[in-house]
Amino acid sequence: MKPSPFEYHAPRSLDEALGVLAEEAGAKVLAGGQSLIPLLNMRLAAPAHLVDINRVAELDTIEVSERGVLVGALARHTVVERAADAARVQPLLREAIRHVAHPVIRNRGTVVGSLAHADPAAELPAVLAVLGGEVEAASARGRRTIAAGEFFLGPLESALDPDELAIAAFFPAAPPRTGTAFLETARRHGDYALAGVAALVTLDEDLRVSGARAGYLGVGAVPLVIDLAEPAAAAQAGRPPGTLDWSAAAAFARERVDPESDIHADASYRRHLVGVLTERAMGAATAAAFEGVR
Amino acid sequence: MSTRMFGEPIPRREDPRLLTGQGRYLDDLGRDALAAAFVRSPHAHARIIDIDVAGALDVEGLVAVYTWEDLPGRVGEPLPLLIPHPSLTHGRTAYPLARDVVRHVGEPVVMVVARDRYLAEDAAGMIRVEYEPLPPVVGIENAARADHLVHDDVPGNVGAVLLQETGDVAAAIEHAPHVLEFRLDIERSASTPLEGRGVYARWDADDESLRVYSSTQASTSVRAAIAARLGLPPGKVEVIAPDVGGGFGVKIVHPWPEEVLVPWAARLLGRELKWAEDRREHFVSAAHERGQVQHVKVGFDGAGRVLGLDVRILHDHGAYTPYGVIIPIVTSTQLLGPYKIGAYRAEVTSLYTNTVIVTPYRGAGRPQGVFCMERTMDRIADHLGLDRAEVREANFIGPDEFPYDQGLTFQDGRPLIYDSGDYPELLRKIKELIGWDGFAGVRSAAAAKGRRIGIGLGCYVEGTGVGPYEGGHVEIDSTGRVNVSTGLTSQGQGHQTVFAQIAATELGVPIEDVHVTTGDTRRFGYAVGTFASRAAVMSGNAIALASRKVREKALRIAAEALEADPRDLDITDGVVHVKGDPGSAIPLRTVAVLSNPLRYAFDEEAARATQFAVGGSPEDPPVASGDEPGLEGKDYYSPVRSTFAAGMHAAVVEIDPDTAEIHILRYAVVHDCGRLINPMVVEGQIHGGVAQGIGGALYERMEYDESGQLLNASFMDFLMPYATEIPRVETDHLETLSPLNPLGIKGAGEAGVIPVSAVIASAIEDATAIPIAKMPLSPAELFHLMSARERMSQRILS
Repeated sequence: MKPSPFEYHAPRSLDEALGVLAEEAGAKVLAGGQSLIPLLNMRLAAPAHLVDINRVAELDTIEVSERGVLVGALARHTVVERAADAARVQPLLREAIRHVAHPVIRNRGTVVGSLAHADPAAELPAVLAVLGGEVEAASARGRRTIAAGEFFLGPLESALDPDELAIAAFFPAAPPRTGTAFLETARRHGDYALAGVAALVTLDEDLRVSGARAGYLGVGAVPLVIDLAEPAAAAQAGRPPGTLDWSAAAAFARERVDPESDIHADASYRRHLVGVLTERAMGAATAAAFEGVR
Repeated sequence: MSTRMFGEPIPRREDPRLLTGQGRYLDDLGRDALAAAFVRSPHAHARIIDIDVAGALDVEGLVAVYTWEDLPGRVGEPLPLLIPHPSLTHGRTAYPLARDVVRHVGEPVVMVVARDRYLAEDAAGMIRVEYEPLPPVVGIENAARADHLVHDDVPGNVGAVLLQETGDVAAAIEHAPHVLEFRLDIERSASTPLEGRGVYARWDADDESLRVYSSTQASTSVRAAIAARLGLPPGKVEVIAPDVGGGFGVKIVHPWPEEVLVPWAARLLGRELKWAEDRREHFVSAAHERGQVQHVKVGFDGAGRVLGLDVRILHDHGAYTPYGVIIPIVTSTQLLGPYKIGAYRAEVTSLYTNTVIVTPYRGAGRPQGVFCMERTMDRIADHLGLDRAEVREANFIGPDEFPYDQGLTFQDGRPLIYDSGDYPELLRKIKELIGWDGFAGVRSAAAAKGRRIGIGLGCYVEGTGVGPYEGGHVEIDSTGRVNVSTGLTSQGQGHQTVFAQIAATELGVPIEDVHVTTGDTRRFGYAVGTFASRAAVMSGNAIALASRKVREKALRIAAEALEADPRDLDITDGVVHVKGDPGSAIPLRTVAVLSNPLRYAFDEEAARATQFAVGGSPEDPPVASGDEPGLEGKDYYSPVRSTFAAGMHAAVVEIDPDTAEIHILRYAVVHDCGRLINPMVVEGQIHGGVAQGIGGALYERMEYDESGQLLNASFMDFLMPYATEIPRVETDHLETLSPLNPLGIKGAGEAGVIPVSAVIASAIEDATAIPIAKMPLSPAELFHLMSARERMSQRILS
């Protein structure tokens, strides 16, 4: 469990980092290293070059505006988790990060690194997807913004080009009268989830549900977003505001996910979990939305 | 200050050092040593056609590459079968490096030595081994079906058939008013200590001696094995177990291939050489345990008393049997627990599979035996509509029935005779601790709120402190320092604390003066090892006996110096004094000086000693016949047979009715290991054991696919529970002394783990009313059991 030989680069500026990425084909970017280092040690990945961006101070940023939260490539999970203004603008971010592994891993791992790693069982890709966020990519060729829907291509596969560095991710703010919830079921506390859901419920001025979306992790090749507006309508039909029945939404979601079996749980159990978690998360998000308007 | 330390919950003395990173583990040693890495088989079963090392030769820093053909004489012979047994008719062991055929993924094929481990792995990656795959045998029942063989010359894949029998079980069951038959399954798990195995060897060419550090549970036996394999006099081989980061059984196996190969190559190369196992290697090339299929047939009366119990067990021992049939013996004997069973028959068929070897892991066959018996008790209670605790009590051996002979032969080859115990009292205590009576009300109140909770119970008896012996050496030097040594090893048990408590109490010295050394053949040459919950019983008693010898000698010398009768003396805080006359006293450090007639005045203590006159007349030799210079003593403890600890666990679990997640709300343990040396250490052992038991009950399994690949060979996918998965463990003790040893103690090391699967299964069954026959149980599996039951009840309704 020692990595294959590689050339180590420790650029001190973004331009320098992008220069190395442009020159060295097959270079991998090292940020928090919580996924990459085990892959290297197990020799499941053997890049010839490693570009360690930990000295690129300009990437260690969190910018919070009313529009949303812009997280720089070196912002550690813990820092984002503890940023009170980020949690105010987009509570889902903090709620999800609390499910990312354990504190020591969150102290080192980065939010943007987790997105770039594109593990469909990870929490943050699902959050970015359900919020319709974006990844900002830079290369020596220039910069571009990649929408979440186009960023995740498959398991551990993102839309980043080999010479590109994900320099930031933008998590849009929650609209007014929106409640969020993040729930997952994992075998052990802090494990990758068997299934998980990031839920958003938005109320209109009459306190009727006007938007309901859920992002799912662990149940497909990429984070899956399901618009639950249709079952939401059924959920509140003939009911007073705040007493919604999300069981139809659960069934709706169950039919639209395509989980796989693995050694920890079979597909049918994961599908069942999607239903249970959907119902619970939508209920919790609805409650949070009402809480917000009170 | 009192110097009576025995029985006190003093904090572990080793912890400040270990918890602040001051420990010296195997890989902390030998910084400049060469490193070994191994090319291991990627196939579960294959013939080796060709090994091409050419690619590795270009790696800069490569020192040597060895295959089986390079191993001379005894180095290349199959590893020893440590514990032969008449039932093991077809025992087979591996070669240190595979010869012709590999029989499990992870079997070592080539050893690479290089300047460091990185380069060794680079070189190992360049070696091409050509294999001809052979059909793999994976899974206990596939092994039993024997469509394919693991060893060509072992028919039916059967290594051993072990029979344990007392009474006429067929007749007993035939005449029983009630009979039940069912099947139980337990999956594989493993010791998985945080520190893997490791060996570091250095050859001293001038002295023609070898020093080996090994992360082992049995340093004296590793020394004997290395000496034998390398053709060295044992006196020229030193083996030291440094700080060892956990063992839990896997490090009792010896010699591991690496323990032969690394010292051999270090000597051949004349260079220091080290191999530190990595986690992936540990999963596929160390050892696993637990996997069994059990077929149970039980006959009983209306009170739930077992009249006849017939158990047929299929046991998976992996690809080789270096450790013999210890696990089958332990399972089939310890299965009986605290009960007197009318007639009993257990037949264990121990089978070869193309998987990692199976050797004892904490509990060592007991968890499986207890699972079998406790599930049986629950089935009987369910069948008769009786309380589960009541059925157990109806079968208990009474407190007045000891010594109780179960009529079988235990793992030490001695009769299975329980020395002491009080099982009804243990049951009373556990019921009180967990709130057994009245739980029905708690359960139905929870059910009214849509919660599913259940309670479970499990009982066990654990044979501990197996022989043949351990020794202790105690020496008081002229600074008053008490050096205690014993040959068995430590892997975190707290020996530095409890052995010091024993010596301090026996000698009357402050515990701060006592320094304990374990597992170092330079200090103590004869030992058996640390396993089978034996360290406290064996070395604890040996150290007590050795301390008594030292005390006696100290009192004799002090009596002479103080012109008193030894019977009038006592030792307090390291000072010998006349009882009732504290002014007439002599410190032990001075006694130590007096004990040695050679008195060069190296220190003040020696000078001070001149005020006392000892040593008899000028006509006598300075060291009397039969006496020795120095204040030291050595003794051994060798028990006639094992001593039997016991305990009972109970748990309350909650099942999420939607997700089938299993939460342990409470876990309680009542334990009887005789006299407690240190209650805090015993509780720590129990807590750790329960944690491993919960791992085995709910999380851990070895996921082999049908081709024999281990799919979860990492801590990401092998679900060892985190602290977050372990509830607070509530404990209570009972102290039923063992009449077999001077200190009255019994072992405690494995107690925590033994009944956990049985207890959790019992509680889940109670919460869900679904029969649980298979452990571990995942939420996904429980969900499917619950869904199947729901479908069934809907069918009945419609």
